[in-house]
Amino acid sequence: MSTATATSAPEQKKDAPLGGRFVGAAANYIDERTSISGLVKELGRKIFPDHWSFMLGEIALWSFVVVLLSGTFLTFFFQASMVETHYDGSYPLMRGVAMSAALDSTLNISFDLRGGLLVRQIHHWAALVFVAGIGVHMLRVFFTGAFRKPRELNWVIGFVLFVLAMGEGFTGYSLPDDLLSGNGLRIIDGMIKGIPLIGTWTSFLLFGGEFPGDAIVGRLYTLHILLLPAILVALLALHLVLMIINKHTQFAGPARTNSNVVGYPMLPVYASKMGGFFFLTFGVIVLIASLFTINPIWNYGPYDPSPVSAGTQPDWYIGFADGALRLVPPGWEFVWLDRTWSFNIIVPLVVLVLFILLVAIYPFIEAWITGDKREHHIAQRPRNAATRTAIGVAGVIFYATLWAAASSDLIATHFMLSMEGVIHFLQFTLILGPIIGYFVAKRIAIALQKKDREVVLHGYESGRIVRLPGGEYIEVHQPVDQYDRWKLIDAETYEPYVPRPNAKGNIPWHRNLRAAISRWFFEDRLTPLTQAEIAAADAHQHHSLDHMDEEEAAEIAGADQRAAEDGRPVNAVGEKASAEWPSPKALNEANETDEGDAPRA
Amino acid sequence: MARFKKHRQSGRRSPLAAAALIGIGLLITGGVYAGASAAVAATSETEPAASTLTVEDGQKLFQANCATCHGLDLQGTDAGPSLYGVGELAVHFQVSTGRMPLQAQAPQAPQKPVQFTDEQIEALASYVQAVAPGPAYPASEVLDGEGDLAAGAELFRINCAMCHNVAGAGGALTEGKYAPNLHHTTALNMYAAMVTGPQNMPVFNDMNLTLEDKRDIISALLWMQENPSPGGYALGSLGPVAEGLFIWIFGIGTLIAVTVWITAKSN
Amino acid sequence: MAHDVDPLEHERASWKPSSGLAVEVSDPAVNPGLPPHRERITDKDPAAMQRAVRTVYTLFYLSVAASIWAVVAYMVFPLDGTLAAVHNNSMFVGLGIAFALLAIGIGAIHWSKAVMSDKEYIEPRHATRGRDSTREGAIAVFEAANEESGFGRRAMIRNSLIAAVVASVIPGITLFRGLAPEGEDPVELLEHTMWKKGMRLALDPTGRPIKASEVTLGSAFHVIPEELAKLSHHEGYLEEKAKAIVLLMRLPQEDLIEAEDRKSWSYDGIVAYSKVCTHVGCPVALYEQLTHHLLCPCHQSQFDVADGAKVIFGPAARPLPQLPITVDDEGYLVAQSDFTEPVGPSFWERH
Repeated sequence: MSTATATSAPEQKKDAPLGGRFVGAAANYIDERTSISGLVKELGRKIFPDHWSFMLGEIALWSFVVVLLSGTFLTFFFQASMVETHYDGSYPLMRGVAMSAALDSTLNISFDLRGGLLVRQIHHWAALVFVAGIGVHMLRVFFTGAFRKPRELNWVIGFVLFVLAMGEGFTGYSLPDDLLSGNGLRIIDGMIKGIPLIGTWTSFLLFGGEFPGDAIVGRLYTLHILLLPAILVALLALHLVLMIINKHTQFAGPARTNSNVVGYPMLPVYASKMGGFFFLTFGVIVLIASLFTINPIWNYGPYDPSPVSAGTQPDWYIGFADGALRLVPPGWEFVWLDRTWSFNIIVPLVVLVLFILLVAIYPFIEAWITGDKREHHIAQRPRNAATRTAIGVAGVIFYATLWAAASSDLIATHFMLSMEGVIHFLQFTLILGPIIGYFVAKRIAIALQKKDREVVLHGYESGRIVRLPGGEYIEVHQPVDQYDRWKLIDAETYEPYVPRPNAKGNIPWHRNLRAAISRWFFEDRLTPLTQAEIAAADAHQHHSLDHMDEEEAAEIAGADQRAAEDGRPVNAVGEKASAEWPSPKALNEANETDEGDAPRA
Repeated sequence: MARFKKHRQSGRRSPLAAAALIGIGLLITGGVYAGASAAVAATSETEPAASTLTVEDGQKLFQANCATCHGLDLQGTDAGPSLYGVGELAVHFQVSTGRMPLQAQAPQAPQKPVQFTDEQIEALASYVQAVAPGPAYPASEVLDGEGDLAAGAELFRINCAMCHNVAGAGGALTEGKYAPNLHHTTALNMYAAMVTGPQNMPVFNDMNLTLEDKRDIISALLWMQENPSPGGYALGSLGPVAEGLFIWIFGIGTLIAVTVWITAKSN
Repeated sequence: MAHDVDPLEHERASWKPSSGLAVEVSDPAVNPGLPPHRERITDKDPAAMQRAVRTVYTLFYLSVAASIWAVVAYMVFPLDGTLAAVHNNSMFVGLGIAFALLAIGIGAIHWSKAVMSDKEYIEPRHATRGRDSTREGAIAVFEAANEESGFGRRAMIRNSLIAAVVASVIPGITLFRGLAPEGEDPVELLEHTMWKKGMRLALDPTGRPIKASEVTLGSAFHVIPEELAKLSHHEGYLEEKAKAIVLLMRLPQEDLIEAEDRKSWSYDGIVAYSKVCTHVGCPVALYEQLTHHLLCPCHQSQFDVADGAKVIFGPAARPLPQLPITVDDEGYLVAQSDFTEPVGPSFWERH
């Protein structure tokens, strides 16, 4: 309502501003101090594309909010101290037992605080959902190539977020200082000690002396509620800002190009969907936490180096590391030069670090292979990037085998196998599984590409079998609706790199390498369709359908005529057929109207 | 698939008819099976014996069911070990959990449906005790469940949890063997197992775990059996593996289903 | 791919990104454009729209009711020291909160899908790269700053600045040496345990000493040094226990395979081995009395007690260290000395 800037708006139709006088005044107050109207104008109607797989990152985002909220509640009651105390709360099996204040406070939260157990369970279930959400989101981004330029940096940030989330989880479940997580810390300590040169001292520094010491819970607490969340929130904010700047990718579809976004505006549709999904995620987590136990620390009791529980595993997201340790064959350790080389620790560590690194830098590897420096905003269907999909499947099998190995003893008891058999099988699968998975996935992807191509050019199988006058049976193919068909056509193709000699007449080794890798990447591919080919295929499909139409009409007419000549009643086959089963031509016409459903591909 | 929007087929051709038919078939099959197995179960329940069985009855039972593998004089054969020194407690444990008579050679004798009535088991036990005396039934106080729960739980964690799991959910041993779960074990069988050390379970004599210790452990286990987890369904008390499987299948599964619903076009 | 249209192309004239190995199609397929809008039931039928609206606000009101229920449950299911009370409180409050949240979520989504406009919009993307003019402006900024500060040409200033900033971090890092105690050598500590000559083997956790006659065939005793039970947490109870735990078992003498120099380490078939796994330190506690195998539950390493506790399966690399034992004049089992090698997981300086 400033009089300094003359607004060109004439008298408003309504007397009050949008939302009422109070809202108008408040908006004005804030804008005059923060320039927020600029942000609202820019982002308020921003378009977001709509696909369910684009919401997987939100699973992670909203479950993280749940983790933050529930965690904050817990910090008011949890004591991150290893000072010895004796439990005297409600749980009889722990009464009088010596334990750290950390476990004591966790037991009090669980049994002597209304809602305490509920919030503890919400926190832990939400943490599991959080990391799983990041995982599925990451898989979606990988398999649709959404990490390509300009989003490579966001991929790396996202990957760091994944590692931070695992760290948050690990430090979190180690806080109660119970038997299960304490044995987990013991394992971490053993692994650290096995690192050459720095291991013994690193362990000494981490635990503040000999294991277990009385410092570790406090230190993990600092990491868990201060350092790691701070870095996580900062990187998460950066991740989202980059997503807003780059705009979200979208799948190929009618009207969707690499230079636009097609979808719904942030306000009201997207904000409402995102907000709704937040409540749904929160609600599902709370529902699970109300009905299902998680981390029953009262069963485990305080950490002591002597007892251990059968079925000692970390939370699921650390499973791949535990599994890697379990799959090492016996005896991988040597004393050389008066020092112990623990390859049974070093090899799993190196393998895991390499695996993680490869995943983190994958966008840069692919960018080097393709040399494609354009921006990519169309998400690819996994089948259209067959080698990448196959690599991803191989990676998933590798990770999944390590993950399964962490529960080798439980697999043995539940499927009545021997643990040795399970472990040997998984060792075998770890090496051969990714290789087999690669080949199978690649062939499936290429086969799916061919199927799509066939549907585009020849239509889909309609399920209607026709007997031609010559006696042969054919299945009628219906053309796909042009909008759905576009989704099957719009795909990029690449060719392998052909290196040329440089000025000196040589081909440098790295160009040869790039050529070899790009050949492997792109050797099996379909040639892209041209508009002429599509138009020709269209014409051909309509022609054969029309032809069939005519033949059928002629056949029916002939039958009617013969019936009339013989004096038989005319079997009103044609009419009944057209009422219950319209001829192809009538179906086609129905396709072009905008009433009802279009036939599915 | 082509879709005809005009009208549903009615009568016999209704697609709902097929579903209804399958549903009725399943219900009938399931009902018949449930009824049959209830009938079988009913018939396999034996009425309580009119008279108490004697040691001689136990001998007859032994000769008919056990001697093939354990020898007529309990001396053992190629197929089964000697029973010298096992006593009535071991017999009670093995037979009342269905482990004996053994059905087939395997890494371990599994629990299976019990083949004898309580009277028959007692008769067998007293026969074996008479011929090959060994550990005997305990005083009832040991099994009363009134011991020190916290002490019992601590001893359980140190001596038992590494095989049976902290919550008694069982665990894996080498070469296909396993420690079974303790969710339905009776107090007597808990005692019997500690004292007799069945198969690969170590023997816990009274110098290792005193009678008072055993009473405490049994009390803690009984308490765990009677008091389900306050957090809700315990998912088998198997720990992070079960929790992880559950959250992936039902948690992420539900949430992904929700995203599909959110982004699907409205009717 | 269709020809990409950048509305501001003329402003990024210098940007010609390579398409790398991508195949350019001469006659690319033509995008059919947005399909005609298909009306929803709620668009066509005002009664359906009313129903949808009613569903949405009913869900929101149900949510209010559920939140109230959660508060009521908080009061109506207090804790009274029983597990059942904890379960009821947790479950009913939780279900109330869950339904309150789910109702809001479902209502909001239904509103978005069925009631709000479902018109799709097309918004052009701007290339991420800045416009040529913007980039030149940015370069000009740096050029001016460089000119005015001499950062580029004054190498001495620049290099010494970098050195100073890097160096300033090092004292801070050095402070973290304090994470570990002073005056203690971790290698020294790892090489010794609490066991000494004559120290009695005792039951875990009570500390009652064990007589050799009590260790019968087929039994497994979980053992600590007798002195350990007297230590408090403050005095290092857990740290000593983490190295000193031992498993005591008796095998028939004829089943034991013993090296010459270790024949005196057992007593009448009774052997004592460190319970700390030589893999990464979990307690190797599962003893199978018939097979004489020890199994570690963490990563499934297996050790053969009848043969020096050597590794027979799993990722462990070294046999479990053996504690030399004998009997004192009262018949109690005692250690002859400390372990002759460091117990537990391997570390670099171990030799």
